[in-house]
Formats: sequence, C-alpha cells, structure tokens
Amino acid sequence: MNQPFIHAKDLCFSYVEDDGRRVPVLDHVSIDIRKGEYVAILGHNGSGKSTLAKLFNLILEHDSGELVVAGKDLMSEDLTEDDLYALRREVGMVFQNPDNQLVATIVEEDVAFGPENLGVPPKEIRERVDRALSTVGMTEYARHEPHRLSGGQKQRVAIAGILAMKPSCIILDESTAMLDPHGRREVIDTFERLNREEGMTVITITHYMNEAARADRVIVLDDGRVLMDGTPVEVFGEPERLLAAGLDVPQCTALIHALRKEGIAVKGDPVTTEECADIISKLLEEKGHGNRHA
Amino acid sequence: MKNIAFGQYYPARSPLHSLDAKMKLILAVLYIVATFLCKNLLSFGALLLSAILLLLMSRIPVRIVLRSMRPILFIMIFTAILNMFFVKGQTELWSFWRFHIYLEGIYSAAFILVRIVVLILATSLFLTYTTTPIELTDAIERLLSPLRIVRLPVHEFAMMMTIALRFIPTLTEETDKIMNAQKARGVDFTSGGLISRARALIPILIPLFVSSFRRADELAMAMECRCYRGGKGRTKMTVTHLRMRDMVALLLMVCFGAGILYLNRLGIGYTL
Repeated sequence: MNQPFIHAKDLCFSYVEDDGRRVPVLDHVSIDIRKGEYVAILGHNGSGKSTLAKLFNLILEHDSGELVVAGKDLMSEDLTEDDLYALRREVGMVFQNPDNQLVATIVEEDVAFGPENLGVPPKEIRERVDRALSTVGMTEYARHEPHRLSGGQKQRVAIAGILAMKPSCIILDESTAMLDPHGRREVIDTFERLNREEGMTVITITHYMNEAARADRVIVLDDGRVLMDGTPVEVFGEPERLLAAGLDVPQCTALIHALRKEGIAVKGDPVTTEECADIISKLLEEKGHGNRHA
Repeated sequence: MKNIAFGQYYPARSPLHSLDAKMKLILAVLYIVATFLCKNLLSFGALLLSAILLLLMSRIPVRIVLRSMRPILFIMIFTAILNMFFVKGQTELWSFWRFHIYLEGIYSAAFILVRIVVLILATSLFLTYTTTPIELTDAIERLLSPLRIVRLPVHEFAMMMTIALRFIPTLTEETDKIMNAQKARGVDFTSGGLISRARALIPILIPLFVSSFRRADELAMAMECRCYRGGKGRTKMTVTHLRMRDMVALLLMVCFGAGILYLNRLGIGYTL
C-alpha cells in the first residue's frame, strides 16, 4: 500500500463573511501523510491549522483541490452519508476544551457513545470501552462523573471515546492547550504511546514548540500556506524562518543556536530538553578535561 | 462547587435501589393509581402502612424524606383545613358562627393528607431517591420508544435530558467563575432592592448565555465527529433486562391494588 493515508494537493478553503466577502483560509496546501506517521502541525493563530484538520474528516468541505483520505476521494460526487460516517470513524478528532466534548454523565457511558452511534452490538461495546479505558489508563475511573476529573483526565477520556470507534488516525486539535503542564504530559504520553505501540497515525495541531519537537515530522503553516515541512531537526534548524512566521523555536534549539553563534561547537541537533541537557553536560565535561590538561 | 449532587439520588443498597428503572417507573404509576383508588378508612390505613414499609425498605433516612416534604407543607395544611371546614356531613362535631365541622370533614382532611404524602413518597422512593437521573432517562426512553411510530422524537428527548444533566455542574461552575469575575469588577449582588439585585444578574447571565452557545456549538461538532446521527441505527452498551425480582415487585403491586379494592368494599367507617 503505497498510497498515503491522507493525500492533499492544492487544497483551498475560504469562509464567507456575513457581508458576502470570501476570506481565504487555506491557499494551495499540499501535504501527504503516511499511515502510522506522527505529525505535528504548527502555526500561529489564524494560520489555518485547525481548519486544515477539519477538512480531513469532512467537518468542513474544501473549495478546490484534491483530498483523498483513507482511500476515499472527498471531492467525489458519489460520496454517500455512510461513507461520511465511515470516514469519521476512521479519522477521530479530539478537541481543545475537554468539557465540551463529553456527552454522558458517566465516564464509561461517554466512551461508549461513539460505538453506540455506529450500531456496534452491546457485548462488543463493553469490550471496546474496557480496552479503550485501559489504553488511556482510566480504568479505575470508569464509573466516575466526568466533571469531577482533572483536565488531563477528561482529555484522556475523550481520547478513549475516539479509540472505542477503532480509528486508524487520531487528530488532536490543540487538545493540550487548556491543560496544566501535568495534564499536558499525560495527554502527550497517551497519544505518543498510541503511535508507537499501536501504529496509530497521530496528527497533533499545536502552538507549543516543545510538543511539536517530539513528533516525527513538523509541518509549519503560515497564512494558509505550508511554510516548512520536515523533521523537527530540519524545521527548528531554521529559527529565522520560524520567527518570521510569528512562531518561537523550542527553548533548547534557541540555546544551541545562541551557543553556536558564540563560536562554541555543539554537536548534534537536540530537539527535546533531555537531549539538549545531555549534549551540554557532555560538552562541559569535555571542556573540564581540556582545562585540566592545559 | 464540585460536589453538587444530581437531583436527590441517595446511594444505598436496598431492594428498591436494585430494581430495574423501567419497572420502578411502572410501579410508581401503579402506586399513584392505587392512592386514588382508596376510599375508606381501611384502604387508606393500608396505603399509609405500605408507604411506611416502602420507606423502611428503601433504607433512606426518614429525616431526609421528611425534609423534602417541607416545601409542600403549606399546600398540605391548606388542603386539609379546606376539607375540614367545607365538607358537609351528618355528624356535626363543632360549630361556630357560619363554620361547621363534621366528623366526615375530619376524615376527608386526613384522607387527603395521607394521599398527598403517599403521592410524594411514591414518586420520590421509586424514582428520584433510588434511581440515578441517567437510569431514569434511559428508562423513559425505553418505555416511550413505541411512541416513535407516531413520530414522537423519543431518542432526541432523552439525549437532551442527558446533555442537560451532563452540563449542570459545568455551567454551575462557570456561573461561579463569572460571578467572582464580576465581583472583582465591583458588581454588588447582595445589597439593594429586588430590582437592583435582578439587574445585577444581567452581567452574569449574558456571558453565561454566550458561552453556552459556544459550548453547544463545540459539543455538536464533537458529537458529529463521533458519528452521532440521531437515534437511527443506534445501539446501547448497557441493556438492562427485567429480572425475577422486578416481576415479583410487579406482582406485589398488583396484589396491593387488588387488596385496596377489596378493602374499599368492606365499607367500614366513612367512605370518600
């Protein structure tokens, strides 16, 4: 299967203002995402990153261009309603505000909501719910009321609700933006584990650089266009372009760049804080040896 | 603010709690019918006795149930007094100016009182105290599902109930936050007359409304993403089946009704 899971070519989208003006949001976006990839889509507010994600499961319809998701051409005329639901089952989406996506008053009932909509037999729903809850580590909260959970826990329940539909791709639309650092950690760990262990395609939309740096691939959107597309090392290796797009670079990349500017030869291209700390401590050790010999 | 209990559900292990919600709904209706069948001292006595038995069986502290009756205390007393003064009979007990109190009036007042108390007990013991709102919503959906044939949106109604229940704590919390934010900006909620207090609520209600609409919008999108398309082709994770105990409860209730009818025919004392 050589066909990419998501194939977008020259995708354009604009929304219509109240006065009839068309405001372009996406401008000839071309992206291919393979099955099992872990992709971060970066961009400042209004760059079109959330809109792009909503095109992938037909919450919004694009104006022109090619878009094929999970082997289905979303532009084709004969896309039936069943195809639409099949697509939404395949491409699950977790939103920003955990409170506004939980439907039921009990955690496990909420996780069951998706499969119930799909008409899965009761016994199988039970199995799926138990499995999904254990995957996100929320089994002990199965009978709890969602409003008593922390933000990170609620978001994990929301992920479980998507997992229970057995998707092959999960899109996180700024799902960590409203969480405290601890909750953010929980959620990131959860979807990274899904990517590594279950081969789930993960697309995370974020404006946190440190989060994007953990992905296999980073796509930077600016003003509805793809500005950069590559590995975190490649993308964060060009801090000037990121800054021009109104984005920051991860603190560690900024640090390495500053060190290099000062003429210190730093080896490697760390993107996570741990890697960066490792490299700098090694550097200091070497320096220490050097000084003693001199 | 996180400890708001939904409705009046009182968690306990009792025969009443363990009954199926659908059956409890049916039992409550039957019990209400039974209260209206009662006609004389014997049947009302039996009714009161059965209510006390139910109360003991539910393992809900009596004081909690009594507390829930306080709001309607006035109506109870008012109806009793009206009955006492205006029911005419043969045996006059006491008269003063234009008021005559008859023995029948006293009986009638007592019967009405028992009836009101039992009506409230019936709905609260069978339904609100021993059944969670979500079970109740499900039960209503199941019981009303035949009405789908006449195009009554039963599933949609149940879904609305569920979502309302789900968002009560969320919106309560939000109200609290907005109130604090407005207090910090100098809005005074606690002083002034009725009108100025009502006016002080406007800066709370408007942000609350705006955010509820945004929430509704986001929730609708999240539900669509989870393939929600109304009740069509939908299954349920928990399918409750009526068990032996539910059938026994129904049988007991039917027997009770028959018993009431029998006691009515004995015709001892005043008959309503």
